Amino acid sequence: MAITKKQPAELAKRFFEYAPAPESIDHVKIQPRYGLFIGGRMVEAHSKKRFPTINPATEKKLAEVVEADEVDVDRAVKAAGKAFDSWARLAPSRRARYLFRISRLLQERSRELAVVETMDGGKPIKESRDVDIPLSAAHFFYYAGWADKLEWAFPNRKTRPLGVAGQVIPWNFPLLMLAWKIAPALAAGNTVVLKPAETTPLSAMLFAEICMQAELPPGVVNIVTGAGKTGSLVVTHPDVKKVAFTGSTEVGKVIQRAIAGSGKRLTLELGGKAANIVFEDAPLDQAVEGIVNGIYFNQGHVCCAGSRLLVQESIAEPLLDKLKRRLSTLRLGDPLDKNTDIGAINSRAQLEKIQGLVESGIEEGAELYQPECVLPERGFWFPPSLFTNVSQSYRIAREEIFGPVLSVLTFRTPNEAVEKANNTPYGLSAGVWTDKGSRILWMAERMRAGVVWANTFNRFDPTSPFGGYKESGFGREGGVHGLLPYLELN
Amino acid sequence: MDVRKTYKLFVNGEFVRSESGRAYRPDGNVNVPRGSRKDMRDAVRAARTAFPGWAGRTAMNRGQILYRAAEMLDGRAAQFVELLGGGPRARRELDQAVETLVWYAGWTDKLSQVTGTVNPVAGPYFNFTIPEPTGVVAIIAPERAPLSGLVRRLAPALCGGNVVVALAAEAHPLAALTLAEVFATSDVPAGVVNIISGQRKELLPWLAAHMDVNAIDVAGCTTDEIKAIEESAAGNVKRVIKVTEAEQSPYLVAAFMEMKTVWHPIGV
Repeated sequence: MAITKKQPAELAKRFFEYAPAPESIDHVKIQPRYGLFIGGRMVEAHSKKRFPTINPATEKKLAEVVEADEVDVDRAVKAAGKAFDSWARLAPSRRARYLFRISRLLQERSRELAVVETMDGGKPIKESRDVDIPLSAAHFFYYAGWADKLEWAFPNRKTRPLGVAGQVIPWNFPLLMLAWKIAPALAAGNTVVLKPAETTPLSAMLFAEICMQAELPPGVVNIVTGAGKTGSLVVTHPDVKKVAFTGSTEVGKVIQRAIAGSGKRLTLELGGKAANIVFEDAPLDQAVEGIVNGIYFNQGHVCCAGSRLLVQESIAEPLLDKLKRRLSTLRLGDPLDKNTDIGAINSRAQLEKIQGLVESGIEEGAELYQPECVLPERGFWFPPSLFTNVSQSYRIAREEIFGPVLSVLTFRTPNEAVEKANNTPYGLSAGVWTDKGSRILWMAERMRAGVVWANTFNRFDPTSPFGGYKESGFGREGGVHGLLPYLELN
Repeated sequence: MDVRKTYKLFVNGEFVRSESGRAYRPDGNVNVPRGSRKDMRDAVRAARTAFPGWAGRTAMNRGQILYRAAEMLDGRAAQFVELLGGGPRARRELDQAVETLVWYAGWTDKLSQVTGTVNPVAGPYFNFTIPEPTGVVAIIAPERAPLSGLVRRLAPALCGGNVVVALAAEAHPLAALTLAEVFATSDVPAGVVNIISGQRKELLPWLAAHMDVNAIDVAGCTTDEIKAIEESAAGNVKRVIKVTEAEQSPYLVAAFMEMKTVWHPIGV
């Protein structure tokens, strides 16, 4: 049956209506309140301040966590400092075994972790189940193998761990970002104090359980919950030798300033405004899927999201028709439903930020397209959106929105595409869609971005280094390059 | 009558006066330009313009040019030894500078083989990671070892395809300014190396805060200077390169590089 572009919503209803298929949650035990993970066990905090973590899809409280204060952070850092000597001196093969064990436990508890991740953060269960959790386990598995092979990683040099690493992670991939931070740090022989994001602390609390299950020596991993204040206490603590942060460019700059002159080592993985470039010879249907995956994956809460679509002028019309039609088939709703494509926005604050930027796009003169889409009454939601008639100077083309909002621009020549793609202070990722292998490499060479995906987007692998150029930060996570931030080469 | 030699800044391949018209006499004899913020701006602009060309040269060609610079430096050994105060210590410093240039000249076409990787990802992709130059790199020459200290950082930065704005040692700028003559006669394209002399106190803050400088090497800086530089560097997330002064390795070259990862599809 030919699908016309006239009644996409109606057709979507007819062909793509699904019965609800929610993942069960009765196997998950979320405690009403959590302490802090310090020195190998869950402890009562010094801080009496607590705050709720809610399910953004229902606005219901899931649990209460501590807003760790100076005393708590100091205890955590001290515990990590105390554990450092023996952890660093432990036979590397023993360190490897602990990491392999953690990886195994992540796999064993993957269903539970996926559900908690989805409830706490709002991301579709199919993403937490198929992407976040398996990649987290894979990351630990990959770095486990490095722990006793460091002398092969950096030929001609002796490696030395740095000490206590202070790590602050965002809410978009809570467990995966934890894995990216903790796995290489531990493999290299460091101990860590990690602060998960305030809206998504629960998978880190489960990870604390996993550390205990794995009988990881006390103090090697410490987890303190809290908001920005707690994070700042972690990174500025004088005994923290290494700071690793993933989050916004704005906060990254604050951290770089805050630890200036301290001698701490720093890696930053910050924002992005990636160009996803479609050439006229690209297989259009495949490209449409890649564009959707690039910007609507995880509600666009992705630092490397393909938020600027650059389409070659000659195919702009047919591509946009296909894309709009595809948007109308995306299912938005209950993140726990296995058929859901677009879950809840992570928090009210983030929703307001997205709404504000979308309004600015309309005001500045761009044309907004949103498919017909019924938003649930409770919770934080934003429909998949795209803007056409976008000028490079508009805020929606310059600023990171971190939501399901795509800005479409066009180009004529490959050179123009390169120029527009690089016309941003960011440089985290980029995408190219073309049938021509030589053009892929020609474009890849010219784009000032740390990761270039060709005929795909938003793919991650523990062996593949990830990180930014320019104001998207410095340092790499993943691969052998991901070890370097946690080592001194002697 | 006593005529004093007047040195010049090296900007965009040309020897120029400071736009400020100022000069100082670090050793009491010769005039050395006291560069200004505007000279610094011109240097950064020249470097940025030269960047794509230099980064786009073949690795071997960059190596040949660095080797040529080493030869030119060696050819003027006597002059440099004298500038450095004469004697065996000055001679050692000169020799070291020459050797450093030769060593890195041979690294240009090996760097990606040693610091790049092919990554065995799960999926039909040829996935590889290669080093690419960061862009405009600021280098602060140490006051000690004003020649070899500067060359130790210049050579690895240039080796990887970066362009450089260097600040000469304040108390001993003559070696750096004469080194500019070496680069000017070594096929180094205009703007790839720019050398400014002047007061660190005045120029460092501008360099550290400049939005078009991608990285700043602080091996030649004091602890207080490093703190101030790191604070200003945050404005555009500059890479602050703190690798120790003695480092000579491909890892130092890599510190001036970005790692780019490409996912290339595999299929029929």
